[in-house]
Formats: sequence, structure tokens, C-alpha cells
Amino acid sequence: MYRSHVLVCGGTGCTSSGTPKVLEALNKEIKKASLEKEVSVVQTGCHGLCALGPIIVIYPEATFYSMVKPEDVPEIVNEHLLKGRIVTRLVYDETVTEEGITSINETNFYKKQHRIALRNCGVINPESIDEYIATNGYEALGLALTKYTPEQVIQIILDSGLRGRGGGGFPTGLKWKLAKGNDADQKYVCCNADEGDPGAFMDRSVLEGDPHVVLEAMAIAGYAIGASMGYIYIRAEYPIAVDRLTIAINQAREYGLLGNNIFGTDFNFDIELRLGAGAFVCGEETALLTSIEGNRGEPRPRPPFPAQKGLFQKPTILNNVETYANIPPIILNGSDWFSSMGTEKAKGTKVFALGGKINNTGLVEIPMGTTLREVVEEIGGGIPGGKKFKAAQTGGPSGGCIPSSHYDIPIDYDNLLEIGSMMGSGGLIVMDEENCMVDIAKFFLEFTVDESCGKCTPCRVGTKRLYEILEKITAGNGTMEDLDKLEVLCKYIHENSLCGLGQSAPNPVLSTLHFFKDEYIAHVVDRKCPAGVCKALLSYVIEADLCKGCTLCSRSCPSDAISGKVKEAHVIDQNKCIKCGVCKDKCRFGAISIR
Amino acid sequence: MGVKQSTVPFAGTNEQYSKLLKVIEDHKNEKGALMPIMQKAQEIYGYLPIEVQSIISNEMDIPLEKIYGIATFYSQFSLSPKGKYVVSICLGTACYVKGAGDILIKLKELLNISDGECTPDGKFSLDSCRCIGACGLAPVMMINDDVYGKITADDVEGILAKYK
Repeated sequence: MYRSHVLVCGGTGCTSSGTPKVLEALNKEIKKASLEKEVSVVQTGCHGLCALGPIIVIYPEATFYSMVKPEDVPEIVNEHLLKGRIVTRLVYDETVTEEGITSINETNFYKKQHRIALRNCGVINPESIDEYIATNGYEALGLALTKYTPEQVIQIILDSGLRGRGGGGFPTGLKWKLAKGNDADQKYVCCNADEGDPGAFMDRSVLEGDPHVVLEAMAIAGYAIGASMGYIYIRAEYPIAVDRLTIAINQAREYGLLGNNIFGTDFNFDIELRLGAGAFVCGEETALLTSIEGNRGEPRPRPPFPAQKGLFQKPTILNNVETYANIPPIILNGSDWFSSMGTEKAKGTKVFALGGKINNTGLVEIPMGTTLREVVEEIGGGIPGGKKFKAAQTGGPSGGCIPSSHYDIPIDYDNLLEIGSMMGSGGLIVMDEENCMVDIAKFFLEFTVDESCGKCTPCRVGTKRLYEILEKITAGNGTMEDLDKLEVLCKYIHENSLCGLGQSAPNPVLSTLHFFKDEYIAHVVDRKCPAGVCKALLSYVIEADLCKGCTLCSRSCPSDAISGKVKEAHVIDQNKCIKCGVCKDKCRFGAISIR
Repeated sequence: MGVKQSTVPFAGTNEQYSKLLKVIEDHKNEKGALMPIMQKAQEIYGYLPIEVQSIISNEMDIPLEKIYGIATFYSQFSLSPKGKYVVSICLGTACYVKGAGDILIKLKELLNISDGECTPDGKFSLDSCRCIGACGLAPVMMINDDVYGKITADDVEGILAKYK
């Protein structure tokens, strides 16, 4: 028995901020203090508060140390672990209250969260199957195999109301039922871990923090539909996740939880990994299956749906990582437990990756129906620098921007669709007044143009044309007619593209055009970028009354565009100015503004 | 993420060749083995020039155009060699709204190459990459396995200097 457990976050965020060195120092100092028998150090998965990494949580007190450097470690060991005195200067500010240091679970960031998919992330050692089993791991699989028929398993999932967490929100139980109904000599269970949405990293965190849950859920799915083989298609860009999954698969095979006659029944199931190679379109289900088969990842027309003819032309189900992470708890706790959370049409919780202009960047899991305002202002800690909320982007390149007028919208699948965005995989990027919405639309279109697989013309050519029009507008050459053209083209691409990538590619344009038309008009009519982003539309101006005539700007200007005598107000020649912004950075009197 | 034909002459060794043959032998009979084999081949050679693709094509009896089609479809496969130091700047949304675009411009300026290219001395290659999932540290730049988070365009020169 250890008297204290030191959990060190080993997620990608914290690892990038320096976890390996902190861990090394920790082991060294603990040895030095002869505490190896009393204190256990565990490297866990993501805690969620990536902005504050590297993170150390010490139990039983649940003291949360943030931004720990290797040189802080001796103090933590000698004070906290040896003498029982919390090192106040290193704990996360929010846990410091008048009554002393509180548990991390009392902070705004964690208080409103409800962790189901992430329940083990940051709690257990992801490289130990025993720790997973100690938290009821593989109990759901045992229960399903020994007590339920496949039909009953599917019924439980159907009744729970669980919908796909990867984008579209298709009812998971229904997917399984369809695949179950198609007879074949071989069926497949696949896991979509090709998390391509920029700004979304919840699947990676589940795989890094709790890899066994995915294996367990896939085995349950295999039992339910009658499949004996599973594939996990995972991005090669996630090396830590790939390593931990490989370890987990080997451990599960060793324990007989994958392989033949699992739990002494006649059920056989095994899982293989397939690494993606960097193609966004492979997040689309038919493209992903085509890629596993060893081809260019181009989507196939549906029907036939994967439940009829999927991988290698056999009935297949494909679910995303977060969806799978919900399955074992549903089997263990029952469908009523799960469906008691969330809204009428969206049950349970959803993990969001908060990013962009927000204080607490990181991962949060909230009940469906939580409002956007709660997520941004309370859990996310608001916007840095006291700036104003302008929009939140959800759904990545397939989604849209939610403006402040919908700040109080309860988040679920249908509400987001209604306002022209979508849930997607759960990336939530916050933007403030310094982000230009036309530029953001252009950014996403550049992404889709790059990632369009080229198979169908509406997407291949259409997105390129959309991008060109947006480029024209941000360069200051747009016309009102272009705005109409954008809308017509968007509609055409949406209606005629083969797969989800093309069909949803116009969303970033349509939603910004709808909610931020003023900003488009400002670009086209006034030739101004209100957010000050589109370089071609900016002009740098010196405020004569603030200028002291120090000549620093004119000496720094690379294009000799600034003239003026010493101690007299200077002037920028707009024809020569290349809008590099050096003068504004250099000016000590704040006399240069962007118009 | 354009793919370019390499102008650098192919210089594969016998050792690399026998490693590749072993990989092909081990995986040949698995379903959908082509992609894993190509990924391993790229690990062995560092890139996938047409010569390596031909070896795979001959050994597996798969037409070269199919292999070339796959190699040019996925951004992970590179037909030209990478620099000793691979500089990648994340252009995911979270990084972009925090100024990753400016950092890319600075990198191009300092290294004097464009996106996807390698410096003539073979030292640095530059890639703008898709979200690496370290959004909490945005904007993020990577040099080989070293991650630099929360950087500004002004930090870039100092970071590159460490590798010169």
C-alpha cells in the first residue's frame, strides 16, 4: 500500500511542455528521500487542462500542481510528500481559496464537467491492464458475453439513445442492428481514430489515457453483430496513442480478453491497428474502409452502406473512439442511467476540445444541453485580455461559426445543425474581435481544397472556385455580385458532392456569410477589414497629435514609406507602405493605428 | 500538400534493400498490406522515391501506377528526401487563430525555401502540417521530435539557431 499517489500527466500536451524531464526528476528525488515504498508515481493520460502543463496531481488530497518545472520537483518532494505541506506557489491558482487549498474537482473547470468517456483519463496508468481492470474494466464485456444475447446488447445501446460522437450523430444502436441483420461468413468492427478535424483531440486523449476501453467496446460490438475481427484506423501523427494501443492489444491478448474463447465462451475476437497516412477525407466512413483495404482513400457511393457491404465487401460497423468509450459504462449501468443525462434528442455527454482565444484550453466533457456561454465563460474561463467573444467555431472544416447572438444555445446535434454549424467531432475554437470571419472562411476552404480527394467534380473544382472568390474578397477586389455567387456555388456543392467532405465544405462560408454579412460587405464595399487581419485592406496611419517625432518608425521602415522631421509629426506614404507592421511594433507612443 | 518528384539521385544501400524485402515477405499475405508496407519502406529509406516504389511493385506484383497513386494521395508519403531537421508548423485552426500563419511566413523567409521543400545543404526541410493535437500550446512548431509551443514569429530565429 502506498500512502500517496503522484499522477503525472503524460498526454501529448503535457509531454510537449516537458513531462519527461519532470518525471525523471520526480523519480530521482523520491529515491533520494527514500520514499519509493510509500509514494507511487504514475504516468497517466490527459487531465484536460493542457494550457497548464506539465500537470501533477497528488492524491489523496487531489492537490493540483500546474506548470511544474524539473527544478520545482525537489520542493514538491521535500515539502509535500515528506512533510505534508502543500507548496502553495505551485498549485493551480483556482484551487487556492480562503479556506485553504481545495481539491481540483472544486474548480470551475472541473465542477461542471461530467466525465464518462474521459472517466479514466488522468486517473489510471494507461499502460497497465490491471489498473483498467481495477476500475471495472472488461466487466462489461464479461457481462455482455455471459448474461446477454447479442440482441439484448443491441437493445441496451438502442435504448440508451447513444448517437455517434464523430460527426453525423447517427444512432449507434441502429447501426449495430443493421449490421447484425446482414448475414455473412465474415463481418468487421472498425474504429475511426483518424481524428482529422483541426482543433479536436479528444479521441487522441482517450487512446492515450484509456486505450483498453476502446478494445473492450469493440469486442462488445463484435459480439453484438457477429464479427470476429476488428481494425483500428489511427493517425500516424499520434505516436504516443499508437504505442499505448499496441501495448494494450498485447496485454489483452495475454489475458485472454482478445483471441479465442473469450471469458470461456465460444466468442472469438481480435484487433489489428492500421495507421493512417495523413488524408482528412479518410475520416469519411467509406474512404476510411477503402484506405484500410490498401487503396487511395477515396469515398464510395452509398448505398450499399457499410452495414451491408463495407470492409472487403463484408458487413461492417464503424464507430468513432469517443462513441466506443461510452459503450462499457452503458452496458454496466444500464440504458436508463445514460438516457437520464442530456437533452431530449441527445443523450449523455460530449467531449469538447476548447481552443483558440480562451483561457483554459483543453478537454472538457459536459452533459449535452450545456450552453455555449457556460462552456466558454465558466468552464473555459473566458477570453484572455478582456477581449470580446465574437464567435465559436464547431465542427471543423465541415462546421460553422456560432455568433454571440446564439451564445445561450444549449449544445446538442440538432440545435447546432439548425444554426448552420454541426457538432462534428467536438473541436470548439473560440474567436475574439481580432479574428476576421472572411479570413476564417478562407482558411477552412484552403483546407478543403487541399484535402478534397478529387474523385467528384463539385467538390474538386467547386471548393477551388469558392476559395478563389474568398481570396479575391480578402485582397480587396471583391464585388457584391461575388457574395451572391458564393451563395449559389455553396448550394450547388452541397447538393452534388459525393461524400460528407464535399457536402459540408460550404458550411464555413455559408455560416459566416449568414451571421457576419456586414463583415463581408465591409471588405467588398468599404474595402476595409474590421478585424484588421486582411493585409491588403489595411492602412497604417500615424496620429499626428500622438506622434513625438522620434523618427524611430521612419528609421525602421523597410520600404522608406515614412517621412517627417525630428520632433514633428510623421506621415506614412500609403503607396509605398507594404503593411509589414514594423512601425506599429516599434512606436513607443502608440501613435500608429490600423484603419 | 503538393508532392514533387525528387531531383536528388537515389542512393539506397543493399542493407536497406534486404530490410525492405523482409518487410514485404512478412506482410505479403495479409489483407490490405500495401499501405503498411509502404509506411515501413518510408521508415527504412526516409522517403519513397520511384525506385523504392518499383521494388514494392515487382515484389508484390502490383502495378506501379497503383503504388504511385497511393504515394501521391497521402500527405505522409514523401517522394523527395527530407532535411536532417524537419521543421513542421501546425496549421490547425487553434494554431491558425493564434498566428501560426505569420510563423510560417517567417520560417519561409529565414530558411529561404517554400512549404514542402528542403534547403540545398539538406539541413532543413519545411512542412506546414495538420493539427497535431497540442492545441493547448498553440501555436505549435516541431523540429524533428522537439515541440515548441506558444511561440511568436520573433522566437523563430532563436529556435532555428539551436540546430545550425
